[in-house]
Amino acid sequence: MSPTTPEELAAAVRALPRVLPVGAGTKARLAAVAPGVTPVSTRALRGIVEYEPDEFTFTARAGTPLAELAAVLAERGQYLPFDPPLATAGATLGGTVAAGLSGPGRWRFGGVRDFILGARFVDGEGRLLRVGGKVVKNAAGFDLPKFFVGSAGCCGVLAELTFKVFPRPAATRTLRLTARDAADQVRLLRVCAGGRWELDALEAAVDEPAVFVRLGAEEAALGPLVAELLGRFPGRELVTAEAAELWTTVTGFGWAHPGGALAKVLLTSGEVPAFVTWVRAQAGARAWIGAGGNAGYVSLPPARPVAVSPWAGALLRGNGPRWLGPRRTAAVMAAVKRALDPAGRFPDFED
Amino acid sequence: MSGSPDPARIRAELAALLGPSSLLADEAPLAAYESDGLTAFAARPAAVIAPRTADEVIATVRWCHRHGVPFVARGSGTSLSGGALPVSGGIVITLNRLNRILRLDPAERIAVVEPGVVNLAVTQAAQPHGLHYAPDPSSQPVCTIGGNVAFNAGGAHCLKYGMTSNHVLGLKAVLATGEVVEFGGASREQVGPDWMGLFVGNEGLFGIALEVTLQLLPRAECFHTVLAGYATLEQAGDAVAAVIASGLLPGAIEIMEQLALQAATAAVHAEYPPGCEAVLIVELEGPREVVAADRLRLDAILAASRPVEVRPARDGAERLAIWKGRKSAFSAVGRLSPDFIVQDGVVPRRRLGEALRRIQAWSREAGLRCANVFHAGDGNLHPLILYDGREPDGLRRAEELAGRILRMCVEMGGSITGEHGVGVEKRDYLPIMFPPEELDLLRRVRAAFDPAGIANPGKMFPAGAAPALTHTGLHPLERAGVIARE
Ligand SMILES: Cc1cc2nc3c(=O)[nH]c(=O)nc-3n(C[C@H](O)[C@H](O)[C@H](O)COP(=O)(O)OP(=O)(O)OC[C@H]3O[C@@H](n4cnc5c(N)ncnc54)[C@H](O)[C@@H]3O)c2cc1C
Repeated sequence: MSPTTPEELAAAVRALPRVLPVGAGTKARLAAVAPGVTPVSTRALRGIVEYEPDEFTFTARAGTPLAELAAVLAERGQYLPFDPPLATAGATLGGTVAAGLSGPGRWRFGGVRDFILGARFVDGEGRLLRVGGKVVKNAAGFDLPKFFVGSAGCCGVLAELTFKVFPRPAATRTLRLTARDAADQVRLLRVCAGGRWELDALEAAVDEPAVFVRLGAEEAALGPLVAELLGRFPGRELVTAEAAELWTTVTGFGWAHPGGALAKVLLTSGEVPAFVTWVRAQAGARAWIGAGGNAGYVSLPPARPVAVSPWAGALLRGNGPRWLGPRRTAAVMAAVKRALDPAGRFPDFED
Repeated sequence: MSGSPDPARIRAELAALLGPSSLLADEAPLAAYESDGLTAFAARPAAVIAPRTADEVIATVRWCHRHGVPFVARGSGTSLSGGALPVSGGIVITLNRLNRILRLDPAERIAVVEPGVVNLAVTQAAQPHGLHYAPDPSSQPVCTIGGNVAFNAGGAHCLKYGMTSNHVLGLKAVLATGEVVEFGGASREQVGPDWMGLFVGNEGLFGIALEVTLQLLPRAECFHTVLAGYATLEQAGDAVAAVIASGLLPGAIEIMEQLALQAATAAVHAEYPPGCEAVLIVELEGPREVVAADRLRLDAILAASRPVEVRPARDGAERLAIWKGRKSAFSAVGRLSPDFIVQDGVVPRRRLGEALRRIQAWSREAGLRCANVFHAGDGNLHPLILYDGREPDGLRRAEELAGRILRMCVEMGGSITGEHGVGVEKRDYLPIMFPPEELDLLRRVRAAFDPAGIANPGKMFPAGAAPALTHTGLHPLERAGVIARE
């Protein structure tokens, strides 16, 4: 099923007993359909509905490819600052929200949860409902748009989303700083995070103790900032093409095993050494550290399952349970699920 | 409140449960809890509980749940929408004694605090480490983190870094069912539905926040703060639209109008360019090189916006003076008039000038003075409508004007509230934003957290939806005999 309008989407949901919304399938585990469940694709539910460049907001259908959006925003010098991942692989806006995924740019101003303003979605009864608003600030009603971030299709099908955007910095520069080991990497991440530089992105590698830093501002301001950072820490600046390749690889998980498992786990910067040790203990594992040490991404060769994770996480690709590591459950979670989906049309949180 | 025990019994049982020292029983202190920042309304609770520990809060909420007694959480009572207004015959749980900063971790840049911690105290504790807590409501010297979480409070510096919700990483809460839950944690990233995002901004209708993990940001190295005076309010509004459209990302963009300027001048000896109907405050912040580059662009935009005068702050003291004037404006205006109500609607930023012109015309029509002091960069209006409660129809006329403004905000595609919440004050306006099906969705979510409707009943949802209220008086709440005018 691939409805072309929100109304058709609502009708499709009403007609099916069990539904899983799917976008472009770039997070294959989250798009995996269990027996007896019908996938409803947002492939044909695409396009920008409203874009107000002077207002720095847009509304787009859930199936709109990120790449298409980015191109339209770029014409006006604007962007979604959290670098939504997997854009070149075809990822959609709705899938990004449902997976709760943010890329390197989330470091400075926050992630997908911090930029979503409103949504139209189809609930478990097949009703097309609006939550949130269309202006950058709005405190009326509960903040359900945020709730849908990371909800993985368990509570409804997103039809349309409203986001705020920011002006794209005039210029960016990327540095590769070198640490001695994982502990030194933590020190470097923390010094960079606490400094005066207002970094755009702060990421780290696992196969080598490197820290990657991106700055964004007017060209005139960047020279002295780069010089100061390179004066303080060992490392070098990446030339433009090298930097572009790095960020494409990071936002596209280009470092991960093709066809293998890919998982995201939640960290704090202090947990980075333990994460590195955990990754090294798994044969063939590759990994990346995002958001200043707050997210760990790990990939395993095809057919190899991710080991039991000490950290809460989500499996984006590969076979296994959707959620990893310690889970919190509460009676209220089931109650909210029932409020949005009384008949259980959508997957359970724990499926 | 049919069915719930009488006040004397409530007090006796709670005193037995918590010990007498957690119960404020004297008439005089109780009176202080009858209203919040929306002083037009007051209600007498059966009891005021001041717990010392999270466990006491949990025990109190569980007792309320068992007995069907409504409760209202209270921080410092600065809500401007009647969010902390007691329910007559219910209890107030005041959280000021839960005011410990449990953990401050400068390396991870987080603070774990109890709900009664005052907003500014977080920044004060973080300052020695070069850090601060970004959301800065004008009430920050008194309002609490618990109240901020309940209302998703904003402030002048929310343009660049967002509201309370964007800075809360985790929280522990006792829900109205007595269930204790934990959402989020110390990481800045998340997986699974954003429960925390849903909890923030619940207006006290889900339960009580017991512990909140906040992210701290490094204090900006450099500020450039400009005050620009304009002959008309509309010109100031248009200047805001021009700054936003230019692609600059200031930390703050605020407007103060004539009446507010006079008030701030009288209250804190602020000085403003003469002959101006409005003053715009724009603040750039960041590394000094970035501020220097952005400053050139800002200067050019402001020069083209036909200001009467542009005054950049030359040093830290002048910057602080600008902010002192701005942040004192609310209370200062309060001194101009026996009573006032503050509205909090949001309009698309490109329509600010138009919105302000309409508000001016309508207040003239209504014969009421209206002072605008607001977060212009977000399109978040704060018209302060001055009235005299001793005049028989003073409040009614003020509310009528407020209603007109709120309708305009929604018609323009905005919102009835940007940061003060719906509370009691705007609950009858919620339906102009959300049609019945969507209101029903909000009610279903509320019922999932609070099936018995005992957490802050009578707030957010239009009258009639509030299980604890009936209408028999003047104002819907007055009619119910639930509240009285001071
Ligand atoms: C002069 C002045 C200036 C202001 N400026 C701003 C501003 O710039 N930006 C802004 O956003 N607001 C502003 N406000 C409004 C107000 O200060 C905020 O709404 C603030 O967040 C309220 O905090 P409080 O501690 O006073 O909470 P209260 O007024 O005591 O309570 C507010 C709401 O929170 C609930 N609550 C309190 N504690 C808890 C808890 N622990 N768990 C669950 N619910 C709880 C209450 O039930 C109530 O519904 C201003 C108010 C004044 C008087």
